[in-house]
Amino acid sequence: MTLNELQQQGAMATETLEKLSQVEARKCYQCGKCSAGCPVAEYMDIMPRQVMRLVQLGLTDEALKSKAIWLCATCDTCSTRCPRNVDIAHEMETLRILAKRKGIVGEKDIDKFHNVFLDMVKKFGRVYEVGLIVGRNVTTGKLFRDVNYGLPYLSKRKVHLLPEKVKAKDEINRIFAKAEEYALKELKEAENK
Amino acid sequence: MKKVGVFVCHCGSNIAHSVDCAKVAETLKDFPNVAFSTDYKYMCSEPGQELIKKAIKEQGLDRVVVCSCSPRMHENTFRNCVAQAGLNPYMFEMANIREQCSWVHPDDMEKATEKAIDLAKMAVSKVCYDEPLEKSYSPVTKRALVVGGGIAGIQTAIDIANNGFVVDIVERTPSIGGKMSQIDKTFPTLDCSACILTPKMVEASSHPNINLITFAEVEKVEGYVGNFDVTIRKKARSVDMSKCTGCGTCWSKCPTKVPSEFELGMSMRKAIYTPFPQAIPNKPVIDREHCLKFTKGICGVCSKVCPAGAIDYTIEDELVTERYGAIVMATGYQLFDASVYGEYGYGRYPDVISGLQFERLINASGPTMGHLLRPSDGKEPKNVVFIKCVGSRDENKGKEYCSRTCCMYTAKQATLVRDKIKDSKVYVFYMDVRTPGKGYEEFYNRTTEKYEANYIRGRVSKITQEGDKLLVHGEDTLLGRPVKVEADMVVLATAMVSNPDAAHLAQLVGFSYDKDGFYTESHPKLAPVETHTAGVFLAGACQGPKDIPDTVAQAGAAAVKVTALLSKDKLETEPSVSVVDQKNCAGCGHCVNICPYRAISLETIQERVNGKTIERKVAHVNSSLCRGCGACTVTCRSSSISLKHFTNKQILAEVDALCLQ
Ligand SMILES: Cc1cc2nc3c(=O)[nH]c(=O)nc-3n(C[C@H](O)[C@H](O)[C@H](O)COP(=O)(O)OP(=O)(O)OC[C@H]3O[C@@H](n4cnc5c(N)ncnc54)[C@H](O)[C@@H]3O)c2cc1C
Ligand code: SF4
Ligand code: SF4
Repeated sequence: MTLNELQQQGAMATETLEKLSQVEARKCYQCGKCSAGCPVAEYMDIMPRQVMRLVQLGLTDEALKSKAIWLCATCDTCSTRCPRNVDIAHEMETLRILAKRKGIVGEKDIDKFHNVFLDMVKKFGRVYEVGLIVGRNVTTGKLFRDVNYGLPYLSKRKVHLLPEKVKAKDEINRIFAKAEEYALKELKEAENK
Repeated sequence: MKKVGVFVCHCGSNIAHSVDCAKVAETLKDFPNVAFSTDYKYMCSEPGQELIKKAIKEQGLDRVVVCSCSPRMHENTFRNCVAQAGLNPYMFEMANIREQCSWVHPDDMEKATEKAIDLAKMAVSKVCYDEPLEKSYSPVTKRALVVGGGIAGIQTAIDIANNGFVVDIVERTPSIGGKMSQIDKTFPTLDCSACILTPKMVEASSHPNINLITFAEVEKVEGYVGNFDVTIRKKARSVDMSKCTGCGTCWSKCPTKVPSEFELGMSMRKAIYTPFPQAIPNKPVIDREHCLKFTKGICGVCSKVCPAGAIDYTIEDELVTERYGAIVMATGYQLFDASVYGEYGYGRYPDVISGLQFERLINASGPTMGHLLRPSDGKEPKNVVFIKCVGSRDENKGKEYCSRTCCMYTAKQATLVRDKIKDSKVYVFYMDVRTPGKGYEEFYNRTTEKYEANYIRGRVSKITQEGDKLLVHGEDTLLGRPVKVEADMVVLATAMVSNPDAAHLAQLVGFSYDKDGFYTESHPKLAPVETHTAGVFLAGACQGPKDIPDTVAQAGAAAVKVTALLSKDKLETEPSVSVVDQKNCAGCGHCVNICPYRAISLETIQERVNGKTIERKVAHVNSSLCRGCGACTVTCRSSSISLKHFTNKQILAEVDALCLQ
């Protein structure tokens, strides 16, 4: 396919992404400083620089499919160091939101971990480590992953067997509801132009 | 008995660290003809020079040797020094015991000292044969010639003229203006090229000190700095310039159409024409190759319709010779012929055009009145692909160098497309984006951000035609994958190359050029507008690819050099020139051919032999032209030609000093 056709195909996604993230991908001059500083770049399928390249060329669909956007740890090193003031980390985040919405998640296990994590926070108002690990292992089907860390952590009281709850649970619920409502509205707006 | 003084310099520790300077001075005391010898820490310093002057006076020295650095560094310093003490400045020699001794033998004091002593002895031996020489002087003709009437030539001429000197511009085409008159807008400010050029063209044509000689070429150059005799061929215009009013009746009635050079073949002109409406002078010429009067002996319409009776088919080329004090070369450049790349289809696909053609297509006075329409079907292109470095940075089929302007003019052209055609897309294939100029990187940033040009890093491998579209095949090297871009039009940023006749012209005027045909400056950093030939200067793209800001700056610099030269009443010439022993000369003429400055000619002399007067040819050196290179002296089989200050006797004395110990 020609580049023109690919760009045409990805035009919708590109526009939504631009609206939602407000990142000026065209500014990127492909120096690679973001990739060079990224702590997880070596585990990525494509470099953060290439994610930016796909986006600036209008091949957004392809960026959405990448594993790299899921490996991104949102440490913000890239955005802090970029000489052109491109907020790469934010672009990655936005790409994840869009990918999820389109159901094209390139790294399913990481996505599942995110889900369980948020569930825990929703339920208890904070992280419940044992629940998080168990939840992740069950959803990803890797039942015995990391279990050997369990006993030492428990015995040193680094983690607790039972969950702790915050007091103002209803406020947590309100935050979640507000955030979801707001995010959805923004997304809808971006999608409808 | 000569009285030579020897002065050995330590140069701080530069020399003294590996040469025992005191020992050199001591040893030389016993060498024949040496009357005085000493060493000192810095001979070039004020006290060092005083030491030399004092010794000359007190010891009655008649010649001096300084053992120190390279003559390039301080020969003048010491010549002045001995002159101040009353000696002829040429009764002085320098032995280079720094660059040629201490610096290259830093670790062996004994051997280095030995070598320094040898070098000093050689200099003493030569200085004994040195003779007093006097500088001579030649007059200066206060008139300058500028060859080429592009922006470089126009600016140089205006600057010289404003400084009060008369200047002639010789321009090959019927009008001044050069490439800048073909360009639409100019980076980085996007001001319209014609708007900033036309006033300068008018200024040049109306300036009381400037004479425009258009439709003319330099045919012959003789003479030397201050006095060049230049023969100019004024090509037959077939139009009497003094009668013509530029009304245009002739070219509107002329029936013969010819592809216009100015519009790069994209529209037609007549056989009697001015290259473009704002041409200066705005008076036509007849293109005799196509005019029916000249090809078939018929027609003659122009002469019938001309209300001023200016048409004259009998005018012939005219040769005029004029004397100039200085010459400025401003002959500009040409564009690389992109049809060399068969894979791009230039010349085969009508919609693959050059950058300069693009300038005409987008120009309001161009063949499409400024509507960007593609040549094949006159449709407005929606996808435009630009390819950079076509012929540049390609050792295989093109030129090794970077053409310097195309990155910027491509960015400019990309923005112009986006500006004119709102729903267009532009793609730029590049290898690097080079923007070394004030405001240039910012301009490029706007091209990608505001004007949303898609820059793709990679060289295009080929262009194919698919229906009425062009498919451009390349690699996005940043993603590491092949890309195909569909285009309605492709613009090639072709390399700036030297004129086809650049080398010929350089030989004619007598200065050097590089392997690519660009004119060589005397020093790449410190003498960028001078050539190796005194009195010949450079301005603009004939010296190498450059944009308008650099061209104008260089033109100003060349004008200053010319003005400085023309302001002098007389020119000093070095006395170290060749002389012919005419009694001995056989007149073979080898030296005439070898001399790079064309300083030698054969002249006829009369001699009395056995009571009869005979005539024969012998070599003669024009001492104003001779630069003292010595090429002739080694060519002469009968040793009849010798270079003052480097005579055979002087050089052999040095050899003897080294070998006969
Ligand atoms: C497509 C394109 C776009 C460009 N856009 C820009 C821009 O936007 N901004 C910018 O700064 N630069 C631009 N440039 C560069 C610009 O064209 C040059 O910097 C400038 O023209 C150099 O001027 P010049 O006088 O040295 O040479 P030229 O313009 O080539 O003028 C040389 C003159 O000498 C004459 N001549 C040649 N040989 C002889 C001879 N033997 N005897 C007598 N006369 C002779 C020629 O006929 C010509 O009139 C562009 C170049 C190209 C190719
Ligand atoms: S650091 Fe910024 S400019 Fe450089 S490649 Fe990454 S995003 Fe692009
Ligand atoms: S100026 Fe740019 S396009 Fe032109 S040769 Fe140099 S790098 Fe290539």
